[in-house]
Amino acid sequence: MTNENFRKFDTNVQHLKYKVLREVARSAWNGTLMQDMLNIPKWIVQGKKATMRCCVYKERAIVSERIKLAIGSVTDSRSVTDIGAASDNVIEVISVACDECPVQGYEVTNSCRGCISHPCHDVCRRGAIFFDKQQRAHIDKDKCVECGMCAKVCPFSAIANFKRPCETACKVDAIKMNADRAASIDNGKCISCGACVYQCPFGAIMDKSYLLDAIDIIKKSGGNAKYKTYAVVAPSVSSQFTYAKLGQVISGIGKLGFFHTVEAAAGADITAWLESAELYEKAPELKYLTSSCCPAFVAYIRKSFPQLAEHISHNLSPMAAISKYIKSTDPTAKIVFIGPCTAKKAEARLESVKPYVDCVLTFEELQALFDSRDIDITALDETPLDNASYYGRVFARSGGVSTGVAQAVREHGYTGFELKAVPCDGIEECKKTLLKLKAGLDIGNFIEGMACYGGCINGAGCLTHGEKNRKDVDKYGAEALEKDIRSVLSAFPGIDK
Amino acid sequence: MKVTVCIGSSCHIKGSRLVVETLRHLVEVNGLNDKVELGGAFCVGDCQNGVCVKIGDDVHSVAPQMTKAFFESEILSAV
Repeated sequence: MTNENFRKFDTNVQHLKYKVLREVARSAWNGTLMQDMLNIPKWIVQGKKATMRCCVYKERAIVSERIKLAIGSVTDSRSVTDIGAASDNVIEVISVACDECPVQGYEVTNSCRGCISHPCHDVCRRGAIFFDKQQRAHIDKDKCVECGMCAKVCPFSAIANFKRPCETACKVDAIKMNADRAASIDNGKCISCGACVYQCPFGAIMDKSYLLDAIDIIKKSGGNAKYKTYAVVAPSVSSQFTYAKLGQVISGIGKLGFFHTVEAAAGADITAWLESAELYEKAPELKYLTSSCCPAFVAYIRKSFPQLAEHISHNLSPMAAISKYIKSTDPTAKIVFIGPCTAKKAEARLESVKPYVDCVLTFEELQALFDSRDIDITALDETPLDNASYYGRVFARSGGVSTGVAQAVREHGYTGFELKAVPCDGIEECKKTLLKLKAGLDIGNFIEGMACYGGCINGAGCLTHGEKNRKDVDKYGAEALEKDIRSVLSAFPGIDK
Repeated sequence: MKVTVCIGSSCHIKGSRLVVETLRHLVEVNGLNDKVELGGAFCVGDCQNGVCVKIGDDVHSVAPQMTKAFFESEILSAV
């Protein structure tokens, strides 16, 4: 990867994915996608020397599969022009790209010293540990149940768990090996969070792209004459495109052909306001509510904890809330949400959200769109982006929703009600909390769930992931003109409160 | 009468909330709730001259502190 691309992405896999998206977008703008489709693999994998796989032919075959997902709106099951490979999930395995990583589980490595105390043997309840003549430990795979106790107690950390990165990434157990040893997604469990997409080192799992939909919406607007196209941008944008200024990103979105860009964070202010009202009303009867903004968390409850579904807040997510308001001001508007999230692509298909959001893109896809039009955002002037408050903006990081709802409770002036928020950072924490709730424990009255560790700032569709992102979001939050939630809502005439 | 205040980012920074709040208040105290419909628009395309307020096809430039005068000359006199 060149330095320039390192600036934009974390990994080579992201870069490869981006190149395919960029070329598909470029051809779509030119109206030559049908002719170019068969050539794009050769444009991306040039020459005869393989750089990633066994040969250039396999590399090109994988690029072809990536193209199918890049034109996700065509291959989508919703589409009348269904050309096969239809699936209801926005996350799909590219089987030919799956390296069928070994999956032996717990193994004793060369670091085993053949010690005398043998804690691994003592701790193993299944009697699966045996020793060779050098007193080195071995695991009898017929007896081992992969509990991992031996690895925990080994003083030399000599026992390792060899798991597939996709399976490690998937904390909801939705990825298994199929009969061909390739990864396979259980759509009944998958919450479309995209953790496997970002963490598979071979890039064998990808989120479907609706890039073509976005280009189509922009093109058909006739320069925003027939209808206006709005971009709704997630607050985590403040931690992305670090090589440019936020205002330049917004200018770039305008240059792509969008009429105007609105902060999804203003939708978060609306959500915080309504969520606190719902909580105040329902808490006496329902005891607690779970947050509505993370679509992967909501999907997790619906799929794996259906008995808790009545506790899911009925409010629209920030994306849908602000889009609904924009459409109330401009009923023919078309809205494209741009964010860090692959699960938002699934959320946009819900009957309750479909009327408001026309298309969902990720930051990765936005970068591909910029470059497909050769837009150098660093050369652009800055366009302001300011409607939300601090509280709406910090929804992008873990704990932000709780902070926002607490503020909304204060601003509402509710008396005789105390908010007890439980922020769950990452889907594993969400799982622990949901298990407690299922068992009937009283742990709080507002459960904030964020499937991605750290919150949206570490979403699978982010260009870069890192510790710094949280600070960027807090800084962006502090820069908001409006200092409270009520002011954000007060600035919107005719909003449904 | 439809009165649309620009609530796009540029106008917001220039004080569109104050314009909205003042107009909302004035419409109310003058008993014009059923005659004046106050709406918002995410950008009316004249960011340099914000805060923009649109009445019919005319776009007016309204500084927050001038809202009352604007209301009297353009809205109150017309309804």
